[in-house]
Amino acid sequence: MNILVAISRVPDTTTKILVGSNGRNIDTNNVKFILNPYDEFALEEAIQLKEKNGGKVIAITVGPAQAQETLRSALAMGADEAVHCKIESEFDSNTVAVNIADYAKRMNPDIIFMGKQSIDFDSLQLPSLLSEHLNLPLATIVTKLTIEGTSVKAEREIEGGKELVETSLPCIISAQKGLNDPRYPKLPDIMKAKKKPIEEIEATTSDLFVEVVGMELPSKTRLNKMFGSEDADINEVVRLLHEEAKVI
Amino acid sequence: MKTIFAYLDSVNGTIKRTAFEIATAAAKLKAEKGSEVFAIAVNADNSIAEQVKEYGIENFINIKSDLLAKFSSQATAEAIFQAAQEKGADVFLFPATSAGLELAPRISAKMKAGYIADVIDFKFDGDTMLIKKPVYAGKAIITNKINTEVKVLSLRPNVFTAVKNPAGSVNFVDFTPNLNNENVKAFVSNTFKNEGKLDVKEADIIVSGGRGMKDADQFGIIEDLAGTLGAAVGASRAVVDAGWRPHGEQVGQTGKTVSPTLYIACGISGAIQHLAGMSTSKFILAVNKDKDAPIFKVSDFGIVGDLFDVVPKLNEGIKKIKG
Ligand SMILES: Cc1cc2nc3c(=O)[nH]c(=O)nc-3n(C[C@H](O)[C@H](O)[C@H](O)COP(=O)(O)OP(=O)(O)OC[C@H]3O[C@@H](n4cnc5c(N)ncnc54)[C@H](O)[C@@H]3O)c2cc1C
Ligand SMILES: Nc1ncnc2c1ncn2[C@@H]1O[C@H](COP(=O)(O)O)[C@@H](O)[C@H]1O
Repeated sequence: MNILVAISRVPDTTTKILVGSNGRNIDTNNVKFILNPYDEFALEEAIQLKEKNGGKVIAITVGPAQAQETLRSALAMGADEAVHCKIESEFDSNTVAVNIADYAKRMNPDIIFMGKQSIDFDSLQLPSLLSEHLNLPLATIVTKLTIEGTSVKAEREIEGGKELVETSLPCIISAQKGLNDPRYPKLPDIMKAKKKPIEEIEATTSDLFVEVVGMELPSKTRLNKMFGSEDADINEVVRLLHEEAKVI
Repeated sequence: MKTIFAYLDSVNGTIKRTAFEIATAAAKLKAEKGSEVFAIAVNADNSIAEQVKEYGIENFINIKSDLLAKFSSQATAEAIFQAAQEKGADVFLFPATSAGLELAPRISAKMKAGYIADVIDFKFDGDTMLIKKPVYAGKAIITNKINTEVKVLSLRPNVFTAVKNPAGSVNFVDFTPNLNNENVKAFVSNTFKNEGKLDVKEADIIVSGGRGMKDADQFGIIEDLAGTLGAAVGASRAVVDAGWRPHGEQVGQTGKTVSPTLYIACGISGAIQHLAGMSTSKFILAVNKDKDAPIFKVSDFGIVGDLFDVVPKLNEGIKKIKG
């Protein structure tokens, strides 16, 4: 099986977000970047599938030079090859989709795995964009995947329950937490990953469909009213919720 | 901004609450830009039109196709696209729900249009639409503009308050799309509801429990309080990882992002990844025995005490005012 996994590079979840000097991006000084957590579930599923059926796993990312670190993480987890689609100018999801789609058309994967969302802009759009660009069926936010022959059954999370999506290979799957337990690369894997090849290709650039014009930190001010646990305290909290906040 | 398509999320012919929020947002655009608004639903019951009329919708397009009997985002998007070409739609509003989040980017790809997901606000600066969305799990908010003529937005649920503004009458149109089996290569064959439980994503009030709950059996007091309030039960990751609660209830960076009007955190310390999922809640009430717990810094009301004592007392107090 030929498997393509699209991965992205994002700030670590514990990062304190500060607005950069241009007022449009985050200040990346002292920010640690990691492989997008949802992409770990995507990679793990891909690697397990390859271990079962043979074939190879190729990880691809669209991004600047630093994106190579992220590809190394994917190689350490067990991807066989990595593709760096280089872009230094500002880009949006449409550009990412166009470039991954171009590569996928040449590679013809049996299945493409992605994360359900990138935890930077949280937009959950690339899997659907790619599905349109490649005219491939898609199941998103998948927590359980069963593949038999070319038939695919994917359980996905929805509001208040689950859905079963049925489709067939080739297709695109976006991974949600719960799909599997991603492996931690061991030191020898990390060493081996350093020697694996990273193919470099120049990204096609296109006009930006969307542009960020400003960034701000949420300015929500909280009441910060503190109480003890005496009956009088509890009654006062209930009264405030009812009469002042009017939420109950 | 001549023609707005407002997608109404429906399940088995009944529309979801987000539909009224979408309708209200569309009405706002109409008021500001004089656009014509079309509400779109799939294989819906026409009684839906009567409901959305209350929110100012005058045109209702019901997409009818047997191929859409089972939900397929690929086919539904194709059908909406076909209707959009007929009507010349140039603004698309979707709810940022599991269905809307798949449909909106598809429409943006088909229309070669810019798309902003999970929008919490939009306004105009002259002709430029300035669109806000949270990023980095709510740790920052960005303002975007869309450079393409056609614009696609998905709106975060519970943020755009639905406001009644009845329209005179509704103009019904049935639309039969031209679909084939190619369009339904992936379809939903079955849906499982979490029995009787309200989902954190849809709830107005959420009562969440953390590791302070001690074990799975103790969640009864959380469920009781949630029952009294008509609220959903939420959980921290510590609790989900311990297997006390299902993953669907997890709130936070790797769980769900919620913005209810009231979020009650019981025995939750307030780790940054938990806050990422609930810090945009309108009001936050925290119960924790540690007066220095970080959750109190982001709370409107904080009760320092043993939750096994406090939560049942809160429940009694609230029952009293609910009569
Ligand atoms: C990549 C990553 C992603 C993550 N994603 C998430 C996520 O999506 N959601 C999430 O929640 N976490 C997430 N976490 C985990 C997060 O860092 C915390 O570990 C977790 O939120 C802690 O859960 P807790 O508050 O229930 O437990 P604890 O931190 O152990 O807090 C328990 C609290 O209960 C209080 N308490 C104990 N007994 C009582 C009592 N009798 N009465 C009152 N109070 C009491 C204690 O004072 C304490 O404050 C993530 C972590 C990482 C690294
Ligand atoms: N720059 C990128 N390069 C490759 N894949 C990406 C990139 N950005 C996002 N993805 C993939 O698309 C998924 C969803 O991202 P998003 O639509 O940005 O929330 C991610 O989990 C990745 O699998």
